[in-house]
Amino acid sequence: MAGSEHLSRREFILGITAAVGAFITAAIGLPALDYLIAPALTGTSSDAWIPLGKLDGFEVGKPILSTFTRSKVNGWEKTVNSYGVFVLRKSQSEVVAFSNVCTHLGCRVNWQADKSQYICPCHDGHFNIDGQVVAGPPPRPLDTYATKVENGILSIHFQES
Amino acid sequence: MFKKLFAWLDEHLGLNDLYKAVLDRPEPKGNWWNTLGSASLFLFVMQAVTGIFLTVYYTPSPDHAYDSIQYIMNVVPYGWLIRGIHHWGATLMVLVVFIHMIRVFVTASYKYPRELTWMVGVGLLIMTLGMGFTGYLLPWDQKAYWATTVGTSIAGTVPWAGPIIEKALRGGPELSALTLSRFFAAHIWMIPALLGGAIGIHLYLIIKHGESQFPEKQD
Repeated sequence: MAGSEHLSRREFILGITAAVGAFITAAIGLPALDYLIAPALTGTSSDAWIPLGKLDGFEVGKPILSTFTRSKVNGWEKTVNSYGVFVLRKSQSEVVAFSNVCTHLGCRVNWQADKSQYICPCHDGHFNIDGQVVAGPPPRPLDTYATKVENGILSIHFQES
Repeated sequence: MFKKLFAWLDEHLGLNDLYKAVLDRPEPKGNWWNTLGSASLFLFVMQAVTGIFLTVYYTPSPDHAYDSIQYIMNVVPYGWLIRGIHHWGATLMVLVVFIHMIRVFVTASYKYPRELTWMVGVGLLIMTLGMGFTGYLLPWDQKAYWATTVGTSIAGTVPWAGPIIEKALRGGPELSALTLSRFFAAHIWMIPALLGGAIGIHLYLIIKHGESQFPEKQD
């Protein structure tokens, strides 16, 4: 009844219907959301030392692009990703390994010997030979890998989470 | 605030008129058998929603179809639920649509002025069966493969045009990747588009003519 402080039958039915509807929506909606975003919630991590070859094979003072591949299972399929590392041997014993992934938006940088810079073709980001940003939009220097030399073989520490 | 917003929307969309015409229309005395059309509509919407969700992971290629479904069933959270609803909902929809048709026949609701509603409804039944037939192949397992081999062979027994129909359905002389991708296209784009349009016409006709009175003894 309108104006009455008691719930009318119509209001009661309306409230029950809304409550049951909300429950069903949540019971179906939350699993559905989980179904959609599941790949974002599960991660595979990878941690390995990757041998790149004899240290003596790298010329001193000149960045050399070295590549390797890693495979992992994404969904029902094995995906093989390739990675590039610029190995810069600064002296006989000192070596730095830069990732060739531009720190701006993830394109791959190229070494341009005439300019002595790594240049990203996507948005014209420039890095000097030590990976520092010289020009363009990159927010930070090129990422580096930890390196080690064992029995004359150069390895880099590959980590991915 | 909400009242103002609603008033503005109502003024531009005619929500109240729409509500009166669609949901608040006078109904003859009926029973639960009259709810099967709404149940069919609900199942159609449910199949559409779960089907869209399945396409997020399903891959219509012979190399990946089976594996992608195994992935949905065993790895993706609630994948078993989404696919389970789609699988059982499909069977239920065929059943409910069929019983709905029987109800309309028994209560003679197909008579003047509702003949066109019946004719469109026959189309809806055929398209529902078409959805079942095309969806059955998508898991690309033994049952799917041989069911489609048999089904398309049956289509091939049509006099004169049979071989062309069979090849058109299969996308070639035998079942292949082409069969799978064209069944997928039919299952998620072509038939649902036609089905959705036909449902719109079916509902318009129901709203236009109202629901039929159950026949009395003297009828």
